[in-house]
Amino acid sequence: MKLRTLHLVTAALFALATGAASAQQPILISGLVELSGTGATSGTNFDNGAKLAAKEINAAGGILGRKIEYTSSDTQSNPAIAKALAQKAVDAGAYVVLGPVFSGSILVSMEETRRAQVPNFTGGEAAAITEKGNPFIFRTSMTQAAAMPKVARYIQNNLKAKSVDVMWVNNDFGKGGRDMIVKALGAEGIKVGADIPTEPGQVDFSSAVLKAKQSNSDVLFVYTNEEESARALRELRKQAYAKPIIGETTLTGQKVIELAGDAANGAIAHVGLTADAPLAPVKAFDAAFQKEYKAKSDHNGLKGYTAMYFVKVMTERIGKVDGKALAAAMHGAKMTVKDNPGVLMDVTFDNKGDLDRETFMTKVVDGKQVVTDVLPPLGAK
Amino acid sequence: MNDFIQLIVSGTATGTIYALAGLGFTLLWQASGTINFAQGEFVMLPAFIMLFCMMAGAPLWLAFLLTCAFAMLVLGAGFKKVIVDPLIHHGVIPLVIATLGVAMVLKTVVRAGYSAEAQQFPSSFPAGQFSLAGITISYADVGTLILAAAIVIALQVFVTRTMTGRAMQAVAQNTDAARTLGIDAKRMVLYTFLINAILATVTALLITPTYLAKFDMGESIGLKAFFAAIIGGFNQTRGALLGGVLIGILENLVGFYWSPAYKEGVALMLFLVVILWRPEGLLGTAEERKV
Repeated sequence: MKLRTLHLVTAALFALATGAASAQQPILISGLVELSGTGATSGTNFDNGAKLAAKEINAAGGILGRKIEYTSSDTQSNPAIAKALAQKAVDAGAYVVLGPVFSGSILVSMEETRRAQVPNFTGGEAAAITEKGNPFIFRTSMTQAAAMPKVARYIQNNLKAKSVDVMWVNNDFGKGGRDMIVKALGAEGIKVGADIPTEPGQVDFSSAVLKAKQSNSDVLFVYTNEEESARALRELRKQAYAKPIIGETTLTGQKVIELAGDAANGAIAHVGLTADAPLAPVKAFDAAFQKEYKAKSDHNGLKGYTAMYFVKVMTERIGKVDGKALAAAMHGAKMTVKDNPGVLMDVTFDNKGDLDRETFMTKVVDGKQVVTDVLPPLGAK
Repeated sequence: MNDFIQLIVSGTATGTIYALAGLGFTLLWQASGTINFAQGEFVMLPAFIMLFCMMAGAPLWLAFLLTCAFAMLVLGAGFKKVIVDPLIHHGVIPLVIATLGVAMVLKTVVRAGYSAEAQQFPSSFPAGQFSLAGITISYADVGTLILAAAIVIALQVFVTRTMTGRAMQAVAQNTDAARTLGIDAKRMVLYTFLINAILATVTALLITPTYLAKFDMGESIGLKAFFAAIIGGFNQTRGALLGGVLIGILENLVGFYWSPAYKEGVALMLFLVVILWRPEGLLGTAEERKV
């Protein structure tokens, strides 16, 4: 009897000890981000946002009592490297993978996280990402399919345009956006004038801008990555382009404004996330980010930050660190700022991994992004 | 027609910038047999040094002058002393490999110091534009064109009309004969490296407002400058000007009338055509060709 009691006590102590050891083990979250190459601006901001959130969460006790161990790797804006790093992350036992931000990279790398059944939160916005039936992929921003109709409606209602030129970057992000805006403009009865493709990393936009000037449509829609957006804006001003210039997500981003200087003034864009949003949690994020990095975050910083908080909120909701359970719980999940300030805005996820929340119309005024309208979530209509 | 002329003007402005960097290739080749594959990074580094000076409070003109001094010291005299002099006796290949290594080191250092993100760089010319016979021309294009052309012409005059320039040419054509004539060959070669450093700094000043300051900005510039030098003639300083302008204009025309997707391939295509049709370059002379 005494021996049996002793065994029971020993087993209980062992269970407690291993349980305690497990509680002490950090939760591994891997970031696959563009720290160099054409996506360096996007990836660096995303990474910084994720790091800031991890720091805050760890300072507040972590997730279910366990600290986050966030490590980021550079995809070099290259899909093949992103795929290899995704494989490395799942082999290392990552609970969740954050990134990449570039649509072309996530479209390739997410096959690895899907195979390993690891939830993957991406900053990519190409519509195709969540149309492949991958139950482990989740967005941190609006899909182009949801954002472009809002842009087209704004062009119709506010700019009263009859024709629009479309300047886009020839990668997965730009091609997807171009297809969606053309479809959305068509639905609004707006004619597409010049269709102007540009190349990733393109430096000289003189011929592209000349095409837009020659077309003489009422509005120019610009959909390129950050550096290219800045160069396009500079060239548009250089050639005295006088029509309204509108974009989606990138055009009025912080880095674009910084790089384009005065040329960014007057540019309009629909953005899913902005550090200038007139919301208290976003303002708190903005202050914390600037304090940490001595720079203002663009929308990608908010993507990385909220992604980390999505993981925290939902992991605590399911009560265990289980990738498969987390992915299942994410479908149809709703998170509110009231209960979870880290998510910054009330958000809902659908069964494809797309999210829905308020969005903003912004304009660059005197070198600053100003929110001109707050648009309700699509589900609120 | 107006579009065509506008494309020619802006293409010429861009082309003269390629020519400045390409000129460095030809000068170093002629003077010392050095093919500097870090030429693009020699443009990138001064851009960041100027940014550093401006962050410290210097106006652009002062930042430029300070960077010229830095470039002459490090990218001119330092490069010659540390890299070229010890390797030049081993032939072209070790030097080419060494300059490729220098390029990698410079990129890594700048990336570590400034991050991989692009940085804004102010233009040396006022914003705005004017119309001439229905063509919109920016002050920046005109300024770039004038400054770059003035530098190329001044250099041509210096090399052909001054005693020092002629001595440099003599060293480039036949070092032993030049020494026999009492020319300080080492000093002439050093002058060439110093001029190359200044050309790289001027190129950085002109091109960075468009390219944006980024650790890998030199890759494209270096390649186009190299092609410009080959197309024009590696043994002719004025050849780089022709090569650069041709690339600049054709890039614009192809981007506008065909597709921007082919724009980056223009220099390579032109390079291939010239190499096949006239290997010494458009203005080069066959008998002096060393490559």
